[in-house]
Amino acid sequence: MQLSGRGVICVRGGRDVFSGLDFEASSGEAVAVVGRNGSGKTSLLRLIAGLLVPAGGTIALDGGDAELTLPEQCHYLGHRDALKPALSVAENLAFWADFLGGERFDPAESLAIVGLDHAAHLPAAFLSAGQRRRLSLARLLTVRRPVWLLDEPTTALDVAGQDMFSGLMREHLGRGGLIIAATHAPLGIDSRELRIGAVT
Amino acid sequence: MTALSALIRRDIRIALRVGGGALIGVLFFLTVVVLMPFAVGPDLALLSRLGPAILWLGALLASLLTLDRLFMADHEDGSLDLITMSRTPLELACASKALAHWLAAGLPLIVATPVLGLLLNLDMVATGAVALTLLAGTPALTFTGMIGAALAVTLHRGGLLMAVLVLPLSIPVLIFGVAASQAVIVGPMSFGAPFSILCALSLISLVVGPFAAAASLKHGLD
Repeated sequence: MQLSGRGVICVRGGRDVFSGLDFEASSGEAVAVVGRNGSGKTSLLRLIAGLLVPAGGTIALDGGDAELTLPEQCHYLGHRDALKPALSVAENLAFWADFLGGERFDPAESLAIVGLDHAAHLPAAFLSAGQRRRLSLARLLTVRRPVWLLDEPTTALDVAGQDMFSGLMREHLGRGGLIIAATHAPLGIDSRELRIGAVT
Repeated sequence: MTALSALIRRDIRIALRVGGGALIGVLFFLTVVVLMPFAVGPDLALLSRLGPAILWLGALLASLLTLDRLFMADHEDGSLDLITMSRTPLELACASKALAHWLAAGLPLIVATPVLGLLLNLDMVATGAVALTLLAGTPALTFTGMIGAALAVTLHRGGLLMAVLVLPLSIPVLIFGVAASQAVIVGPMSFGAPFSILCALSLISLVVGPFAAAASLKHGLD
């Protein structure tokens, strides 16, 4: 499986964020997208996720499920956690598992892996920022998808949480998944660097 | 189907919990209708003539009250991104959200109508007619309102825009809803004609609403 972009151009609000960007990532590989603030790291992830429309160029996944589009095979972990404060931790996770569909892993076990099993019945409104991030990670585990698009995934995670997350990413790569992560902090796994924007 | 029923169940559950929108609409409806006899005065004949119009106005405003948040909450917490990326067509997801909103916020208005009809000196038949027209007409309000809610997300402007966009679309529903109810109470028009048009408006909006809302959301991807 290979994810590749050729000559991708991103225009936001009439401004060229980046243009002529080439990148590729194959199964079992992690790509760390680096660049200064505003260089278009998040935009690149959203382009791959189909949440932005490229002004030019192509992004394609070869060797994935031919029945599904690229966004349908991606997990997008953005700045916002997609959690409903009125629902409990378990309800939030169960909803995304049901809604996203596809191959799934036991939600209760995912919660145990990210260390939230004790809080399963707590409304998400009471979670700390780090716990919210852990719950989002549980979504990536519960619903199996080959491509993980991670935007600053380690923000708000404590040291133990970052170690746990590195382990999860290694496991995902081991299963033949691929990861594109926009990050300032080191990911804690072997990754290839993709630098975008002008070097300052 | 699992995905759609999961979305409907989630939205209803959120609406019914503390801080959800379901009760706000009913309370607003109740307030408007309860205050009206005090404002109009103790003229029972006048009250029963105005009754259907008051109930319809109250229901219309109550259903618009919570509708602007239909997509806004999902947009703000990032859920809308994941919904857009999912295998479920966005049109069906929009239709499910509107259906959930109608079940949680529209249906309680109809259930409350017979009680409120008493306050407006409406007899059983008249109250039944108003409830029936609301049942047929409120889906149109929800599904056209959804278009405004989707545009409000896209254009980053909240409730004001929503009201300006949606109110003109809901005027025909109001006209035919009240006309059908009045036909039962005072005549001499037939109930069938305006009621059929009301049903037609609902059916049209059931089809057009989801497509228009999904198109607006897709266009506004950002």
